Order: sequence, then structure tokens, then C-alpha cells
Amino acid sequence: MSEFVEQVSQFMGAFVGRVPHNKQLGLRFIANGNNWVELQLPYAPHLLVDPDHGIWASGPIITLMDTCVGMASMLTRGAFEPHATLDLRTDYVRSPKSQATVTARGECYRMTRQIAFVRGLAHDGDPADPIAHVTGTFMFAASKLAGGWQ
Amino acid sequence: MTSPALATLLRQPTGRLDLLPYAALLDLAFERVEEELQLVMPFAETLIGSPGRLHGGSIGGLLELAGLLTVIAAQPEGEALPRVRPVTVTVDFMREGATQETRAVASITKLGRRVVNVHAQAWQGSRDKPIAAAHINFVLDWPER
Repeated sequence: MSEFVEQVSQFMGAFVGRVPHNKQLGLRFIANGNNWVELQLPYAPHLLVDPDHGIWASGPIITLMDTCVGMASMLTRGAFEPHATLDLRTDYVRSPKSQATVTARGECYRMTRQIAFVRGLAHDGDPADPIAHVTGTFMFAASKLAGGWQ
Repeated sequence: MTSPALATLLRQPTGRLDLLPYAALLDLAFERVEEELQLVMPFAETLIGSPGRLHGGSIGGLLELAGLLTVIAAQPEGEALPRVRPVTVTVDFMREGATQETRAVASITKLGRRVVNVHAQAWQGSRDKPIAAAHINFVLDWPER
């Protein structure tokens, strides 16, 4: 791991939980590598849209995945630069089990001068049987970092 | 979602959405503005994602609920309601969400019996300056007859 990644790893756990909306939902940090981050969202009744059928709302999964791939893009950037989500697509391949803990793993697979390209998945126990896939882009203010056509 | 209580609620001119736990968490209310169903998300500190900005996930959640409730409200009155679930949700973020009230509406591009294509938009203050928009494809699961 690079020095920046190690530096970030040390405070990321506390940082994830300090973001007010993450705290409200109950997000927690699990692990990271050079260009990926793993977070978890344990079940809570307020995450459901339909309590009669135990169906999760989409919003908490979007928050989880946006946070996860956003942190992955920051790690890959190698610097604390402000960035914003440009777009995020979530495909719900199946419903999570009603009281499951949802685990998200997101990575940044390409970094250019202004754009981070990210992807990730969410699962409820088995990464080989995901509940959702996401793909998205983050926008950085153009910096001195070299390379990229964007 | 099969709750007839929700369909009845959505025919009122205004109301809170506490029937849906996640909507209660976001403190959501709705208002009928002419024929349109507007969702209202008051600002709260708990919605913050980075200093001075709403979390993109809370805006995404609001957009998805605007879509979901618009689809439920569009179902014929008196019939058994289908369960409505999003299959793909694509959110574009145009402007940062400031620390103020956010509103969202959705329009149905195509109302099918099995698939409903929806476009949702969120704004703060000025509707012609949307902060985010979503394209959502919902699938309807009808109860067995």
C-alpha cells in the first residue's frame, strides 16, 4: 500500500461513521486496498420501504454505494481533492434478505485528469451472489495530475 | 408494495409518508400541486454528506421514492395493487444539494402493466435549476388472482 493509502486507512473507519447521513443509516467501514473500499450497512427497521413485506428502500443502498465508490476514488486519486458524483447507476439484481447486513465493495478502475470511473457491488453474505451492481463517475476539479483524455 | 392505505393516502391533497419507514427517517411529506405529486424533504443535519452539502444518497433516495409513489398513485383505483420494485436506478447529480428544503417530482414515460419507465427530478428553490435527476425502471409484481 502507498503511504497515502495507509494514512487514509488509519482514519477512514472513524471518518465513515462521522458523516451525518452515514451515521443516521448506520454505515461502517470494513477494509480497503489501494483502489477499493469495503463498507457495511447492518439491517435496521428504518431502512425499509415496505415493512409488511420486509422490502428495503433503494435510498440506503444508494447512500452505501455512493459512499463506498466515492472513497475508492479518493484513495485512487492519492490526494484529498474535492470531488462530486456525476452519475451513479444501480442495478438491483435481487432483493436483499429482509434482515441481512449488506456489504458493499467498490473500486475505482480508471482515473483521469478530471474523472474517476468506479464500479461496485453489494451483497448480503455471499459476494458471488450480489444484490446490486453499481457503476458511476466522479468529477474532480482539473488538477495538475498528468494523463487522461478527459 | 400492496398497501391500499398508501394509495388512499396519496389521494389526499397533502400528508406525511410515515407509512414507509425510510420516508419517515427522511421526514418526507407530499403535496398535490395541481395533478402533480411533489415530495418535500425538509433540511436536517442528518442528511449531510460532506460539510455544507446533502449526501447524494439522500437525494437519490428522495428521487426513487418520488418515482415509486408516482407509480403507485397512477394505478387504477379500487384494483389490487402490485408490488412495485426498482430494477435499475440511474441518478445524475447536476448541482450540490444545499442545506435547505428539497422537492422532487416524477413523471411516467411509459406506464406498462409489467414495466414502468420513470423520470424523476429534484430541486431546491428554483425548479428550473434541478440539483439531480433519475431515470428509473420499475417492475410491477401483481398479486395472483
